Amino acid sequence: MKPLFILYALFTLVLLSWGLHQALDVAPTEQTMGDIQRIFYYHVPSAWVSFLCFFVNFLASIWYLASKNMRADAIAVSTAEVGVVFCSIVLVTGPLWAKPVWGIWWTWDARLTSTFIMWLIYISYLLLRRFSTADEQTPKLAAALAIFGFVDVPIVYMSIRWWRTQHPSPVIGGGESSGLDPRMLHVLLWNFLAFAAYGLLVVWRRYQLERGRQQLNILYRTQGAA
Amino acid sequence: MSTMRTAASTLKKDLRLEWRSKDAFNAMLFFALLVAVIFSFSFDPNAEEARRIVGGLAWIAFLFASTVALNQSWARELHGQVLDAFRVSPAAGNSLFLGKSIGNFIFVLAIEAVLAPIFVVFYDLRTIGPTWQLGLVFVLGTWALVVNGTFFAALSTRTRNRELMLPLLLFPISIPALLAMVNATTIVLTGEDSPRFWISLLAVYDIVFTMVGLLLFDTVLNAE
Repeated sequence: MKPLFILYALFTLVLLSWGLHQALDVAPTEQTMGDIQRIFYYHVPSAWVSFLCFFVNFLASIWYLASKNMRADAIAVSTAEVGVVFCSIVLVTGPLWAKPVWGIWWTWDARLTSTFIMWLIYISYLLLRRFSTADEQTPKLAAALAIFGFVDVPIVYMSIRWWRTQHPSPVIGGGESSGLDPRMLHVLLWNFLAFAAYGLLVVWRRYQLERGRQQLNILYRTQGAA
Repeated sequence: MSTMRTAASTLKKDLRLEWRSKDAFNAMLFFALLVAVIFSFSFDPNAEEARRIVGGLAWIAFLFASTVALNQSWARELHGQVLDAFRVSPAAGNSLFLGKSIGNFIFVLAIEAVLAPIFVVFYDLRTIGPTWQLGLVFVLGTWALVVNGTFFAALSTRTRNRELMLPLLLFPISIPALLAMVNATTIVLTGEDSPRFWISLLAVYDIVFTMVGLLLFDTVLNAE
């Protein structure tokens, strides 16, 4: 492993510890929900990181189709996988928070349902990569599906929002009545930074792995031809 | 112009083949009929309840039935190496996609035309809202299923488990369209509200994914 990577990993570790300290000690206790609300500092940053990953996946897929650059495909795979992991964290922490607060684990409300469907779409993307028959075609098929999936996300959101809504409206930038204690916002942003750093760390490692796999494949192919 | 001609000849060929064999048509019809019968075991609804649930039932039946046909539509071309021939020909790839989609659209619409009266009889249906809106929902909804289905069926032929892959790719992407079809159908049947939002959503969905499909089909066709 390169020293730069180790250095960055250490930096991420420090950020994550700082975020944990902020979320558990520094952040004020919420009035009605109590300590349970602290899951917020993991739930929301994970959601943001997973959206960010899917967005990068979309850009990388377009980049791949335009240039056929294998680096773009490696970025697309890594971000899709890490995005699915963070999206899974959102889908697990959500019900854990909902049960004590709303009294139910799950409800088919707009944001829950659209997050769940987004998760399904990217799982199908990973399945396609897995079941594709030849290595040369996988990136192209996957990139096509990635574009379909990303275009679908806003339509999913619109349709389900019309269908029903229970999730609280966005706390940040969600109009006048919504508001977050500035101290809470501060903690949230620290945790977002820490989770984004952690996401980048994992994507970076996964990217290196994918590049290695691609090079190995090229070697196999040229050896096989010779 | 030549795009349209290629699409038209693909369509003509598919229609003629289907007219002679009636394979896809019979399989779809029988499959959808089975779904309708199996559902009737799970619920025993009165006319009032039936109006509420039959929108969902009918679309699930059509969705499953159309995956049966969509899987077949490219398998035939693979056997005859038609795709390879198409790749080396100067014709644009998306004309093939357009022709195939229109062909599948006609097949699925024909199935729906046969099955809709059967649903009406089985579940004792009577629409309360304006019936012409149902026609619009069926045309837009079927195109939404078929345009994505044709694209993903072509994509699935490149995978190890072809037939299994199509629903895994098609269903998640189609969820907003399905939601719109089911809700619009239920609203027209019960006459409770206006299906305007759902019909416009379907129209937007159709336009967006027809464009995306036409743009990306060449990539899938030439993926090897």
